[in-house]
Amino acid sequence: MANPSAVCNGHLHHHHQKQNNLLKSGLYKKNGITKGMKKNGISNGTPYKKKIVEHFEQAPMYVAVLTFLGFGVGTIFGYLRDFMRAWGLEKRNVAAEREQQKDFVPLYQDFENFYTRNLYMRIRDNWNRPICSVPGPQFDLMERVTDDYNWTFRFTGRIIKNVINMGSYNYLGFAETDVNALKTVTIELQKYGTGVCSTRQEMGTLDKHVELEKLVAKFLGVEDAMVFGMGFATNSMNIPALVGKGCLILSDELNHTSLVLGARLSGATIRIFKHNNMQNLEKLLRDAIIYGQPRSRRAWRKIIILVEGIYSMEGSIVRLPEIVSLKKKYKAYLYLDEAHSIGAVGATGRGVVEYFGMSPDDVDVLMGTFTKSFGAAGGYIAGKKDLVDFLRTHSHSAVYATSMCPPVAEQIIRAMKCLMGLDGTTQGLQRVRQLGKNTRYFRRRLHEMGFIIYGNDDSPVVPLLLYMPGKIGAFARRMLEKNIGVVVVGFPATPITESRARFCVSAAHTREMLDTVLNALDELGDFLHLKYSRYSKSSHPELYEETRLELED
Amino acid sequence: MDIKSMKNYLYWLYCQFELITCSYLMEPWEKLLFYTFNITMLVMVFYTAYIFVPVHISTAFQFFLHLLGNQHENTVSVLK
Repeated sequence: MANPSAVCNGHLHHHHQKQNNLLKSGLYKKNGITKGMKKNGISNGTPYKKKIVEHFEQAPMYVAVLTFLGFGVGTIFGYLRDFMRAWGLEKRNVAAEREQQKDFVPLYQDFENFYTRNLYMRIRDNWNRPICSVPGPQFDLMERVTDDYNWTFRFTGRIIKNVINMGSYNYLGFAETDVNALKTVTIELQKYGTGVCSTRQEMGTLDKHVELEKLVAKFLGVEDAMVFGMGFATNSMNIPALVGKGCLILSDELNHTSLVLGARLSGATIRIFKHNNMQNLEKLLRDAIIYGQPRSRRAWRKIIILVEGIYSMEGSIVRLPEIVSLKKKYKAYLYLDEAHSIGAVGATGRGVVEYFGMSPDDVDVLMGTFTKSFGAAGGYIAGKKDLVDFLRTHSHSAVYATSMCPPVAEQIIRAMKCLMGLDGTTQGLQRVRQLGKNTRYFRRRLHEMGFIIYGNDDSPVVPLLLYMPGKIGAFARRMLEKNIGVVVVGFPATPITESRARFCVSAAHTREMLDTVLNALDELGDFLHLKYSRYSKSSHPELYEETRLELED
Repeated sequence: MDIKSMKNYLYWLYCQFELITCSYLMEPWEKLLFYTFNITMLVMVFYTAYIFVPVHISTAFQFFLHLLGNQHENTVSVLK
């Protein structure tokens, strides 16, 4: 049989359509005989079918020097203000003990909150902004002012309308208030009400949950799934059920707090490997198997690798094929947290597993959340039926936490049906395609303008590096003046020199909205001097692509 | 036109200085303190330069001249 994945013109052709047929008809699961294409090995020698383009450009050296200078000046003034507060020259706005308790063991450690008091408070007006509409592609903001430099706020009563939303995790645009779209949700709301008032194991399992779990399993192509009321709790309450003392957890450097919390609660030994670094991971696996547990040298009971699909602070995508081949070689388990990638990457929105063209059987535990791409709340864990049945009895979340409320479950059901095409329209696929187009357009324009952007070219999370602490506040405030809402992130969540602004592209953004944002960024980039990239590409790539001309003859 | 664009450029430079040294975040009295300190330091540096640099340059000049001048005198004395 001719090899359909032929190499011609130096480009490897990857047939997306055939992959989708395989996934939809489930042929690969039934009796091992596939009617689709057969590959006689990979032509380019790596497990990746398409090139991975990830950028982590380093800024010029003077930027790091100036960042430290800025932090130094901030620290000096922080010490000055703390001195003035301690000696009563200035009013104290932080929590303090009562006079009668001054001789007790101190309740508040003064120096611990140094950074919060002296740097975060000065730019605090850029976070926790209350909005008063649905967080779709645009939202309404309640205006607030401060009289004492961000220690207290008061609302003026005015509402800023139609601020372009570049911060919400609304990847597919399902956070909407359109009456037609929410028809089934309204019906379920009137049928069930809002409260469940019980846990899954007592009286909180509704037929809606069963329907939703079947749908999630079908969507992902696995045997069974279980849904939980809260995405953070899905990670932190289920990892302790899966691993315990005597097990080894290999967790990525930049994993989310929920994964770290779950790992610590479980009591297993945790070892950290460098971000997306497969050589480091392999070395840790080999050391674990050769040396075993620390003192007794016994074999580990279980080795589990914790990774995320898309890392939300970097925008990088996990190297799934390499991890799966490592896990098969060293017989470890894989836990994949697809919080940001489910619905957002992949040809039909089924996450990183589909993005790399792999089978969901390769991943042992598939976890994800419904908060980001489905416009609801909650999380799921999917995999083999044995795993999910085990979690139904042993997970802390199933035993003690209230289950998902029915209107939210219905919202997820309708969003998933739309994505799979079961509602009779192609709207789901259109949304996924629109997200892909918006992502590529946004990233390409930002690269051309000369900003430093981190992450994979296909990830809808776009971190734009700001570096200096003074620019964090200036950037967010000026963007709000131009009616664009952005999320900026600084020191504790990112390394100290790499503060950034994080944009989340959505399928609901129109080209005009993205152009407005890009023009504002262009102006602001010139004014704040943010265009540090030394590799900005021109907007006419044809002038550079000479190799293509040589091969096509 | 030139004056206007010059003024805009200077304003932009001042904004950059504010952002880099975090004085954008400071309250007005802190800014006053910071700028006073900086300007005092700069004035002291310039004053020191004004007083000492000419003396140092002329001493260095004399030193080098002395080196070259000495050789010339030696050759002249040998010839004599």
